[in-house]
Amino acid sequence: MALITYRDALKDALAQEIERDENVFIMGEEVAQYNGAYKVTEGLWKRFGDKRLVDTPISEAGFIGLAVGASMMGLRPVVELMFWSFAYVAFDQIVNNAGCVRYMSGGLIHCPLVIRGPANGGNNVGATHSHTPENFLANIPGLKVVAPATAYDAKGLMKSAIRDNDPVMFMENILLYGEQWEVPEGEYLVPIGSADVKREGKHVSLIAHGRAVITCLKAAEILAAEHDIDAEVVDLRSIRPLDEETILQSVRKTHRAVLVEENKPFCGVDAQIASIIQEKAFDDLDAPVLRVSALDAPAIYSPPVEKKQLPDPQAVIAKVLKIC
Amino acid sequence: MGNGTAVQDIATYADAPVNQALTPEQKVEFLREMYRIRRFEQVALKCYQQGKMGGFLHLYTGQESVAVGTISLLAENDHVVTAYRDHGHALAVGMSMEECMAELFGRSTGCSKGKGGSMHFFAPDKNYWGGHGIVAGQTPLGLGVAFGLKYRGLKGCCLCYLGDGAVNQGAFHESLNLASLWSLPVIYIIENNQYSMGTSLERSSAFSKCLAARAEAYAMEWDVVSGESLYEIRAKTQVAIERAHETSRPTLLEIDTYRYYGHSVADANAKKYRAPEEIERYQTLHDPLRLWKARLIEENLIDEATADQIDHEAREEAESAVRFADESPFPSEKEIYSDVYWEVDNNTENGRRGRHFFND
Repeated sequence: MALITYRDALKDALAQEIERDENVFIMGEEVAQYNGAYKVTEGLWKRFGDKRLVDTPISEAGFIGLAVGASMMGLRPVVELMFWSFAYVAFDQIVNNAGCVRYMSGGLIHCPLVIRGPANGGNNVGATHSHTPENFLANIPGLKVVAPATAYDAKGLMKSAIRDNDPVMFMENILLYGEQWEVPEGEYLVPIGSADVKREGKHVSLIAHGRAVITCLKAAEILAAEHDIDAEVVDLRSIRPLDEETILQSVRKTHRAVLVEENKPFCGVDAQIASIIQEKAFDDLDAPVLRVSALDAPAIYSPPVEKKQLPDPQAVIAKVLKIC
Repeated sequence: MGNGTAVQDIATYADAPVNQALTPEQKVEFLREMYRIRRFEQVALKCYQQGKMGGFLHLYTGQESVAVGTISLLAENDHVVTAYRDHGHALAVGMSMEECMAELFGRSTGCSKGKGGSMHFFAPDKNYWGGHGIVAGQTPLGLGVAFGLKYRGLKGCCLCYLGDGAVNQGAFHESLNLASLWSLPVIYIIENNQYSMGTSLERSSAFSKCLAARAEAYAMEWDVVSGESLYEIRAKTQVAIERAHETSRPTLLEIDTYRYYGHSVADANAKKYRAPEEIERYQTLHDPLRLWKARLIEENLIDEATADQIDHEAREEAESAVRFADESPFPSEKEIYSDVYWEVDNNTENGRRGRHFFND
């Protein structure tokens, strides 16, 4: 199987879905002629033309709202946000229109819409460009939120997101775009709402989403080599809907859990996961559920310090050693 | 660019081809539609005061000619999106008083099953895409509907209504830019009723000639329309519709109108920010329903008795809608969880996989 980057996996998914369904089009800032600010859409404009690759002005509320309206009419827009941080100027369109219009119309309308782009810190661009809104958006019933950690999942989840009939918020990561994984060339889907055990283990469950999964896999290697601890790594992949069964199954096996995310701790995704574990697997736990999150301040610019603001393998290992 | 001219002689608009083509029956039908909206709102207000509904109730009374006149021009591929003062447009596109009243009462027979309320009426089968609660939040949606038409190669347009209070929101300006930049067949209609809640136009908006002239900054056609006359509304809106159909160019229309009640029924200061004489002057001299009735009598199409009969029937229909709503059940508590996700509602594999709702 070929090794391809997370970026190319996304591009392959987009190209395949554009070819498969005439209602699919990509819209966003610099997605067409410029080839994408992060090159996710590189070459697609040349291949598919102006109708399917639409360059927008810098006008997120306008073009996201437009995409919601177009999806109400049955089109399947895939909107790129150059950074998910820019969603904040379009929050009304995402939350009130994409998120609520089905409900407010008593089910008469639905929005088959994907909004995608990078949602991560660690890129030396300061607080305004480093937001991780997966927790805010997963708080909105009506929206779905996914965060793939590997190229394989990025491709399969993107294809599922485009075919889904609800609005899907697709969280990528700039620091993963250039990383390579084995990815099949042909057709496959990774279903929304299913987690994936990325590493089997028996002593502790490391539960994560997005790039934090990669951090956990590195931590697990070190834990095995240096501490004789066999960690299981559960990749949520999908945040809402959430694969609760896979989480609970893992915790029931290992009896210990450390939850890792690059989001801030207060009301982060892991706050919800911790609540579910204590409620449904309380008797299986041999230790408190611990969390590793981004350090709780706006994203600092200073490059070497910023690295320390996000969870790294050492931070995960330190928490694991507290309970193992 | 738009002409922005003062109101011309009404005969000019009556002579417009789109009005010349009207049959007497159609003209009388417009009167009936305006009466239906007026009586629906009147009865809804009474029910609100009796505690039969909650929340807001933004009445359309005084503005009936705008919805009736503009929507009367629409064809198969023409669509409508509006804001929260949405009852008039809903009735004008053909929604029933029953489903609308039941929605106000929060009943499961309401157009949105009692989940949307006064501000959120929808009827996609009638090309009516809401009913939206956030000021100017609907303006990019109208853009999207127009984009969808163009993408599919359909000859149609989207009428997207907003109030004069919405013209200072960023989303509206972003929409104007995109509409013109991409030549989308959308017609933005500012229903200028002079007040954004309790703040008058003068205290909320900076402009040179009129609000619609802001379109010039976006190289977009515009016009100002008197809301007093159905003939003028139809004549000028038709120009915009033909422009959208034939050239896919957008238009910004500003229709001068007036609301007789407060911003909503919950508007505590409804009688403080404008003089009662101002409201009285509009009701006496500028009321679109009264003026249309007079026009039809002048054209020998109806007499007073016929008008009274139409009015009477509209009242009866509204009262009957109240009985329907009163007798309808509330949605069950179980219904809280339906119509959130399409995949869940349709029990698809996607809808069954993973946890979608997070209560116990």
